[in-house]
Amino acid sequence: MVKLGVRDLAIRYGGAKALEGVSFDVHENEIFGIIGPANAGKTSFLKAVNRMDLFDPAMHVDGEITFNGVNVHKVRNVYGLRRRIGVVFPLPVGLPLSIYDNVALAPRLAGVRARAELDVIVERCLQRAALWDEVKDRLNSLGSMLSGGQQQRLTIARALSQDPEMLMLDEFSIAVDPVTTMRIEDVLKELKREVTIILVTNLVQQARRLADRTAFFLEGRCVEVGETEALFNDGVQDPRTRDYIEGRFG
Amino acid sequence: MAEQPSGAPRAADADFDRLNRDWYIDKAVQLLVFIGGISAIVFIIGIFVFISREGFGFLFGAFDFREFFFSPNWRPTSETKETYGILALIAGTASVTGLAMLIAIPFSLGAAIFIAEFASGKTREFLKITVELLAAIPSVVWGFIGLAIMNPIIIKTFNVPVGLNVLNAGVILGLMAAPIMTSIAEDALKAVPDRYREAAEAMGATRWQVIWKVVLPAAKNGLLGAVLLGVGRGFGETMAVLMATGHSINIPTSVFDSVRALTATIAAELGETAAGSTHYQALFTIGIFLFVVTFVINLAADLVVRGVRKG
Amino acid sequence: MFEATELNRRNALRQKLFRAGLGTMTGLLILPVALILGTLIYKGAPVISFEFLFTGPTNGMTAGGIFPALLGTVLLVVVALLASVPLGVAAAIYLSEYAPDNWFTRAINLAIINLAGVPSIVHALFGVGAFVIFFKFGTSILAASLTLAIMTLPVVIVATRESLQAVPMAFREACWNMGATRWQTIRRVVLPNAITGILTGVILEVSRTAGETAPIMFTGAAFFLPLLPQSVFDQTMALSLHLFVVSTQVPGMPEHLPFGVALVLIAMVLLMNSLSIALRMYLRGKKKW
Repeated sequence: MVKLGVRDLAIRYGGAKALEGVSFDVHENEIFGIIGPANAGKTSFLKAVNRMDLFDPAMHVDGEITFNGVNVHKVRNVYGLRRRIGVVFPLPVGLPLSIYDNVALAPRLAGVRARAELDVIVERCLQRAALWDEVKDRLNSLGSMLSGGQQQRLTIARALSQDPEMLMLDEFSIAVDPVTTMRIEDVLKELKREVTIILVTNLVQQARRLADRTAFFLEGRCVEVGETEALFNDGVQDPRTRDYIEGRFG
Repeated sequence: MAEQPSGAPRAADADFDRLNRDWYIDKAVQLLVFIGGISAIVFIIGIFVFISREGFGFLFGAFDFREFFFSPNWRPTSETKETYGILALIAGTASVTGLAMLIAIPFSLGAAIFIAEFASGKTREFLKITVELLAAIPSVVWGFIGLAIMNPIIIKTFNVPVGLNVLNAGVILGLMAAPIMTSIAEDALKAVPDRYREAAEAMGATRWQVIWKVVLPAAKNGLLGAVLLGVGRGFGETMAVLMATGHSINIPTSVFDSVRALTATIAAELGETAAGSTHYQALFTIGIFLFVVTFVINLAADLVVRGVRKG
Repeated sequence: MFEATELNRRNALRQKLFRAGLGTMTGLLILPVALILGTLIYKGAPVISFEFLFTGPTNGMTAGGIFPALLGTVLLVVVALLASVPLGVAAAIYLSEYAPDNWFTRAINLAIINLAGVPSIVHALFGVGAFVIFFKFGTSILAASLTLAIMTLPVVIVATRESLQAVPMAFREACWNMGATRWQTIRRVVLPNAITGILTGVILEVSRTAGETAPIMFTGAAFFLPLLPQSVFDQTMALSLHLFVVSTQVPGMPEHLPFGVALVLIAMVLLMNSLSIALRMYLRGKKKW
């Protein structure tokens, strides 16, 4: 089943083109990787998916993105759309609330009030984000005062607490140490049974480890999309993709 | 049922695209804060509208442009011929404000330089707090100080019969305006990037050369803004001037002359007039004049200071 | 090679003089005020007593206490706060969280600066024209407080807006990405972190409102009232007006009484401001991110 459909997507900031002619599908319960050098339009793509372009008056989006078959541009309740999609950005953000309240925020917004229920959700999400053991005794301390790596895992816990249908991670491992990165990668492999995952990464090998299918973005265009194994094992269609994968630029 | 990442069972794929309570509340809040936002504009326009409304009768009736602005004869209660010339009042305001600025500008500039460039740590903290507290003293208290403390001092020191005059109000107004001017001037000096100072010092300039030749010229916009703000404050000050200038309406020839300011005239006479009478409306017309003048001064000050923040 | 030359010595001396000169100027600014305050305390303290603060005036206002004036000032301040704080916070939220960067927003900011710069007597005229006459409130606590509220609105707006803008954008974006509405984000993350800043602004507003005389002179404050106000449509006495009248218009006033009134007023104002400063310093130590 197609979770996210993209047709002729074009994004520009004022007069500057960030993305053009992008088309592909993301299937349900797969990990879809997006690789490519900086400024290739990867982050802009993510912003367009959950309509964060509404907060940037300079950003214009043309083309069509459908989520569960619904065109995201025709959605009336944009907040409902965003609740179904969890996002993790490169820079970790711990909200200036207690760790507990950080993770309980999304469920509370969704109407969950019972303390017992929230307790369960908070523990489960922190476990999944590989953070529970480190913070279980200080759930009341400020989330914004944790270390960078901890805040990133807190961000992931928050994203999980939304019960998202789709999870988008944008270079999540930049602020995180390699051991924690491994733990999170294991979590993602588990998660894909319940959640569709889009993984934007500049670590080509990470895409190889995790992604079922991978897209290569270069200079505002989607050059190629294919089965990850094929891309890494000489099934590449476009020479630029091979050059990037083999580290000749980027 | 499929399980969700948080452990709760997932609801059937209900459409998320319903307009719910949160959506409506958000829209309502947006409207409410917008109303709050435009309130400032509404009030400024409202002030102009309502004071004009009360003053219009005069403006289109007994108002004579030449007499109003160029005659020193303010005699609205005369039994023979009422005249509405505010020249003497303008002179009163101008002389007091002028003297106040003569005192305040050098001292607040000096204090600002001292606080910004020489003081540090606890001294700086102490001075800034003191300046802030000084700026908070209400104008009626300053007026009282002029009446009860400055008045006898002036009479004794200068051997004059009356101590409520341009000198009294000028000194008081100077002491009132100085703290605010010091704060703004200090902000302007602090806004000059350190690399200007470092570059000059690297060339061997001494501290005062750096300040005189580099920092002050770079901060001149902000300093000018501070002066303009002080002038605006002086022009619009009511109670202190009312209590310290005495009550003669004349164009002053020495600092020991008693005068009357525009603001003080309104405050002193409004209570005695009948609503709707020509005198009453004339006072409102003075109010219109004050509104316009201080509007222009504050606009100019803001434009000038804004130039500093951007650079 | 690096011994001080004649030029260096002269410069060093000049520098010392310069610094001393500036320090003196600063001192000269503060010293007279210190002396004045000292005189106020010296002449006014003898009058201050429990009776002075909590009983009413007697003997044609030349003796007794200032309680009705104190109460009146408190009433005026409270009503003014009720009107200006919600409006001011709303305006600040609009400016900080919603307003786009265009000419209209610049006009609003300009209006705020000008509102703060309007002479107090012009505010009084506006209060008379609008609240006393047009809205038919008559001279009343309501008219006077509303006049004061509009006059001190800029203080609340600016303090609130600054504390809202101090909250980093990243927090808001994190909430928006989760599907929180703008209001939910403001309510749960932004506003709670701006509360102390708002409080600082409110305290400052209180101090300014308590000291104002001209705006209340013709809109609702009176010098001699036999009864305490029963409703917001009654007139009231006020500390600032009381000081004005006892020092200028009452014959046979004993010398110490006005000093006492001035002392109470200035103590009230300085206390409020010190509270605001202390709050700001406390804030600076308490980092949350």
